[in-house]
Amino acid sequence: MQNWQSDPVLCVEHLTMRFGGLTAVKSLSFDVGRGDITALIGPNGAGKTTVFNCITGFYKPTEGRIGLRHGIIDFDIGKQAATQSSSYVTHSAGGAVYLLERMPDHLIAKQAKVARTFQNIRLFAGMTLIENLMVAQHNALMLASNFTFGGLLGFKTYTTAERAAKEKAAFWLEKIDLLDRADMPAGDLPYGAQRRLEIARAMCTDPVLLCLDEPAAGLNPRESADLNTLLRSIRSDHGTSILLIEHDMSVVMEVSDHVVVLDYGIKISDGTPDFVKSDPKVIAAYLGVDDDELEGAESEVSA
Amino acid sequence: MKTPLHKLNWLNAFKEAAIAGAVTFTLFSVLLGINIYQNSNNDTMIRLRPALLVGFSLFAAALRFCIILKQSLQLQVPAHKKIGWFEKVEPHLQPILVGLMAFFPIIMLGLLGGQASTKWIDNYGIVIMIYIMLGWGLNIVVGLAGLLDLGYVAFYAIGSYTYALLAQHYGFSFWMALPVAGVMAALWGIMLGFPVLRLRGDYLAVVTMAFGEIIRAVAVNWRELTGGGAGINVPKITFFGLPFNANEDGFAAYFGLEFMPIHRSIFLYYVIFTLAIITAIITIKLKKLPIGRAWEALREDEIACRSLGINTRNTKLTAFAIGAMFGGLAGAFFGARQGFLTPESFSFEESVLILATVVFGGMGSLTGVVLASIALFGGMEILREFSFVEQLIGIDPNRLRMLIVGLGMVLMMLWKPRGLISTRTPTVFLKQKKSISGNLVKEGHG
Ligand SMILES: Nc1ncnc2c1ncn2[C@@H]1O[C@H](COP(=O)(O)OP(=O)(O)OP(=O)(O)O)[C@@H](O)[C@H]1O
Ligand SMILES: [Mg+2]
Repeated sequence: MQNWQSDPVLCVEHLTMRFGGLTAVKSLSFDVGRGDITALIGPNGAGKTTVFNCITGFYKPTEGRIGLRHGIIDFDIGKQAATQSSSYVTHSAGGAVYLLERMPDHLIAKQAKVARTFQNIRLFAGMTLIENLMVAQHNALMLASNFTFGGLLGFKTYTTAERAAKEKAAFWLEKIDLLDRADMPAGDLPYGAQRRLEIARAMCTDPVLLCLDEPAAGLNPRESADLNTLLRSIRSDHGTSILLIEHDMSVVMEVSDHVVVLDYGIKISDGTPDFVKSDPKVIAAYLGVDDDELEGAESEVSA
Repeated sequence: MKTPLHKLNWLNAFKEAAIAGAVTFTLFSVLLGINIYQNSNNDTMIRLRPALLVGFSLFAAALRFCIILKQSLQLQVPAHKKIGWFEKVEPHLQPILVGLMAFFPIIMLGLLGGQASTKWIDNYGIVIMIYIMLGWGLNIVVGLAGLLDLGYVAFYAIGSYTYALLAQHYGFSFWMALPVAGVMAALWGIMLGFPVLRLRGDYLAVVTMAFGEIIRAVAVNWRELTGGGAGINVPKITFFGLPFNANEDGFAAYFGLEFMPIHRSIFLYYVIFTLAIITAIITIKLKKLPIGRAWEALREDEIACRSLGINTRNTKLTAFAIGAMFGGLAGAFFGARQGFLTPESFSFEESVLILATVVFGGMGSLTGVVLASIALFGGMEILREFSFVEQLIGIDPNRLRMLIVGLGMVLMMLWKPRGLISTRTPTVFLKQKKSISGNLVKEGHG
């Protein structure tokens, strides 16, 4: 049994997203394994970003359920209990299950601990690198500053927390190789560095699941290789599961443990990279084969 | 558009200047060129003022000429790397300005003596100080959180009417009413905040503007409560219980001084100075706290904020509430200074002028607001001294007040489109603090 079947962290079930008459995502179901790097791929307009927006709460799905699991709680029982309750979460001794489709976006980031980056980078351009990473630690710092009152009065808890936050930011800047530019505005960074900073900013929220929308887009081969190293280290050192959208097949094949393929909002393949690579439906979708030929290919597979 | 430096585009500049002159001439031909007045027999007379009109047109043409030349010069420099000389001077300017504000009445007293300096402290010092405080309060909403608020004067009005009504019905003194006025304005800030949470940019501006007008309309029409257009009396400020008058129990008698109106002016000045400085200190502290950083992040990118778990609703509401609170405090002071309130003090024009100081000041800069307030309100006040110009140009410059302010705004925005202080100072740093060029900083979209 594969890791995403035995130990899932995210479970998307029958996710459907309609915009007026357009169905961008249609009854999509897939699992993301804990500690896996899962790739969501598909041609342009397949609905990948829409899936991300549903998971992170920027869109309310038309239909479907999105469960996210913390710890070792039984996922099915947890989802069941949460669905029947009026809340969006069930806790148990070992963990919790969140129903993301019921939560507003900022609570998904704050409580369910899902962080994301954007296809068109969204940094705080007029703020420095370190400020960007400090904003990402807003909730922790807000608590430490007693919702501003303690901070205004200069309480010790806040100054300590702020120092720790700065150290954490410095740690991530070191990791993405931008420590020497810590006090530069983020908008002045070259493109590749902006992508890395956005990942670091997302990591500063201590996510359980990190969603990256085309992190390798526009990177040169060297930057792309560095990105792979960064992703692997995030997974192994921080125990964060990664879900990423990618167009570049070489990146996908190299880093991912699990690949889900979307075409016109429908899942056409789901499995290990090797399985997906040789799936005729995937080849057809990427090369643009006619429908009848595709049917031929399908019967070949089932035969 | 790669014009080399030595080949400045003179021809183009002349052409643009001619067009600008012609347009100005046409537009202002009726407004400035023809003067309709009544002579001593009450006959309506028409007088032509060709000199004024031509002078004005030539001025516009010359201006356009300079702008075009400056533009062709600027093309040489990559715009977003540039930090202007003004921003470099700014850090040295701060202590000078604070010193000036702190000692202004004393300096004036020393220079002009007790009689002549009263006017300066009253009409310049106190007025400018009120607007500085209002500018600093609005700066939290517009400059930091990037929420365009065109109805800020509403909170100023709520603060002053709160004091007036509390004093009238419950006998509150200024110092007792002051915190209540702040809290009241903050509550109304939240009330305004809720319905406009989803609005951005222009839409937000329109709704906040309407809010300002609603508050004024209520003050005009709810005569039983506010006295309507006839106004309402407010007890004048006392020196912690000692009134500023010539009586036995007055301030001057108590301290064995000779009674002079300037005592009251100096006291008022220092009250508003203290309130304003408190506003500044709190703003500076908040900027370095998570809430302040969240405000600025909200201005930069609201969606990214939400993806990081920031509750943007609460963040916006706190910005509205704290900004409104400072407006309310300034309002209570205004009431205590005037001794009499009418809704006319809280017109839309006030909101616009306060907003102008923030926009001119630039980028949520506190120093910028001070400079802009001095220029704007000091400038408008000083225009009164120039009534004699009427003999020369045939029109009282005070009647051209808004025209001159508008012209100043246009010039200012051409020279510094992002305001006087167009750089942003980071709130936290690892190794060294470097200013950020304004071109990278967003203005906010609502
Ligand atoms: N907010 C929206 N309103 C209407 N239609 C939308 C919206 N968001 C996405 N769509 C549509 O849904 C479809 C899927 O878009 P989506 O952005 O998810 O594709 P994608 O797989 O991320 O493509 P790409 O590889 O180009 O990023 C497209 O046809 C798009 O036009
Ligand atoms: Mg996309």
